[in-house]
Amino acid sequence: MPRITVNDLKAIRERTLPTLCLASCKEDVKITMHMGTCGVAAGAVPVMEALKDELATAGRTDIRVVVSACAGMCSSEPNVTVELRGQAPVVYQHMDASRMRQVFRRHVLRGEVQTAFALMRQQAFGPQGNVK
Amino acid sequence: MSAHRKAVTVCSCPGCTQRGAAALREALERAVVEHQLGGQFDIQDGDCGGLCGSGPVLQVPGEGVIYQGLKERDAAKIVKEHLAGGAPVERLRYTGPGAPESVPLESEHPFTKDQLFWVMRNKGLIDPELIDEYIARDGYFGLAKALTEMTPERIIEEVLASGLRGRGGAGFPTGLKWKFAAGSQSDVKYVLCNADEGDPGAFMDRSVLEADPHSVIEGMVIAARAIGARQGYIYCRTEYPLAIHRLNVAIAAAREYGLLGTDILGTGFDFDLEIYEGAGAFVCGEETALMASIEGRRGMPRPRPPFPAHQGLWKQPSILNNVETFANIAQIILNGGAWYAAVGTEKSKGTKVFALSGKIKNIGLVEVPMGTPLRKIVYEIGGGVPNKKKFKAVQLGGPSGGCVPEAQLDTVVDYEEIAKVGAIMGSGGMIVMDETTCMVDMARYFMDFIQDESCGKCTPCREGTRRMLEVLQAICAGKGEVGDIEKLEELSEVIRESSLCGLGQTGPNPVLSTLRYFRDEYEAHIGDKKCPAKRCTALLKFWVDPAVCKKCGLCCKACPSGAISWQKKEPAVIDTAKCVKCMSCFEACPHSSIF
Repeated sequence: MPRITVNDLKAIRERTLPTLCLASCKEDVKITMHMGTCGVAAGAVPVMEALKDELATAGRTDIRVVVSACAGMCSSEPNVTVELRGQAPVVYQHMDASRMRQVFRRHVLRGEVQTAFALMRQQAFGPQGNVK
Repeated sequence: MSAHRKAVTVCSCPGCTQRGAAALREALERAVVEHQLGGQFDIQDGDCGGLCGSGPVLQVPGEGVIYQGLKERDAAKIVKEHLAGGAPVERLRYTGPGAPESVPLESEHPFTKDQLFWVMRNKGLIDPELIDEYIARDGYFGLAKALTEMTPERIIEEVLASGLRGRGGAGFPTGLKWKFAAGSQSDVKYVLCNADEGDPGAFMDRSVLEADPHSVIEGMVIAARAIGARQGYIYCRTEYPLAIHRLNVAIAAAREYGLLGTDILGTGFDFDLEIYEGAGAFVCGEETALMASIEGRRGMPRPRPPFPAHQGLWKQPSILNNVETFANIAQIILNGGAWYAAVGTEKSKGTKVFALSGKIKNIGLVEVPMGTPLRKIVYEIGGGVPNKKKFKAVQLGGPSGGCVPEAQLDTVVDYEEIAKVGAIMGSGGMIVMDETTCMVDMARYFMDFIQDESCGKCTPCREGTRRMLEVLQAICAGKGEVGDIEKLEELSEVIRESSLCGLGQTGPNPVLSTLRYFRDEYEAHIGDKKCPAKRCTALLKFWVDPAVCKKCGLCCKACPSGAISWQKKEPAVIDTAKCVKCMSCFEACPHSSIF
């Protein structure tokens, strides 16, 4: 890729911003795995493996999995954020492989927020990218 | 198999299996035989309907009853009361999830509602390894503005106007540092980033580097433009492998886009940077030692002046800023210094990231506007001290800092205000301590750390911290003598005054600040040979006070060496000959009856 200019920078922003916002994506579900050092130390890797396993079984192609970093509250890790189209993203806490399976089967597949494991709901990432 | 036998299912999915489904099923089969219900119920493999995280799940599908989170012992109860008795065990039933609205919104949650995410604006929202996602969140637009619309002088003016001060802890105005370096005449200058986060209890920089590495890179390129540098280094400790990996990915991506390298954004400006991995010596967080380390020499400080702005790395003008400082820069350029300066106190502007840990409910990264009272951070954002224990103090700034007791907790986050109460802003480590923390022991821990990390170049630090440690060790071991406190104070004063670098100059701070607020604890250790927090094992008797003992036997169960004898309705007795002083009984006793 050749050196970019300011106009290219703008083009990248225009092109990428919609992909950060579920409302303008082709997918219906976005699952964010928070995998900083702290999350991994708390056990995020088996959670990720359980998710991959569930994804393979479900065979859905409209689910997007994103690997990101620490969500901020270390004592609630491992964290996973699940966003369904048109709904507030839900941050789950103290995840393990079996909780991940439950969240996947009940929330992702059936739309039932698993309140027992939820930490907080976020404001959906809007097309403007303004979160707070 | 008769057709009228009612099905009872136990889920055998991986989740339920992991949580003990097999043992539950065996217990269930045994109980069914025991109650002679084999003719009525047929135990089958079933499905948990996705309740894997609440397993093992047992269902009676014919009745629509779902049980979750069962223990092996619950099987007998369910068979007896439900299968035989016909009354479902309500306590164990799954009744469906709560309403989604019952989950607090981020804007209402006590942990997040008073935070202001500037440095952490992208945390957990973007993939840190994808540069496009950073750009989508206005990334590198601060750089574009700085390179195409602003002169170097204008950049420095904007940073000065923002009031941004060094987030490594010392609080030197960033713009001023840049101005000095810009004024130094040299063809070669360096921009350095201090990512040698070494304070015990500090993990802000690691988190920023892992969550948003491009924000640091962008800040560094802007700084380079401001002072006229063409090369930079990020000095990061090698114990941060994920941070280094993500930085390397970020640097490679920035180079590919030409946001690092020659002719950045087609403006003719050249700048590139490299990561220098440090081996983790605490002293290398000191600027001159850090530069020595990059030069390939032993990480030891040298006297200043000359200051790095005039003679830094390879004797060339250099600036060294902390990770968090750089992460603020792009926002300041993009939104203007005035925007940044609108938040905060008179002399401290913007936000500060703290790593909140210790005896606190919500552990994590906290970014608050300057001027936020410490009380709010501890009790609202942090959720207070858990396990019904009493708050004692919060330690700020690690081994160079001090502690703030309950009485001073209304102090606000501000460089000067925190210094007034004997602590420092520091790089952001914030360790909460409760009544079970011995302040003398804590001072001993930090002094141990300091004398271990002292580079040995100057005598006051090398020898003085060792002498202080010896005094503190003696006090904790019950061998403290009258005059020890004065000796500590005198040593502190000499070390502070005569050490070469910040490590030695601030090293006695934990001792001085605990002496300031918790002198009575030192006196109790020395005079009464008692540790009020019951932490220093040499000062404990390991004796159960029969008058306080509630005869519950928890200490006896907790003891790993069989030193505690206890019978129902009798107070416990500790056999000190068998006791290994592991403190398990102290932790287990709910009535504080062990002394």
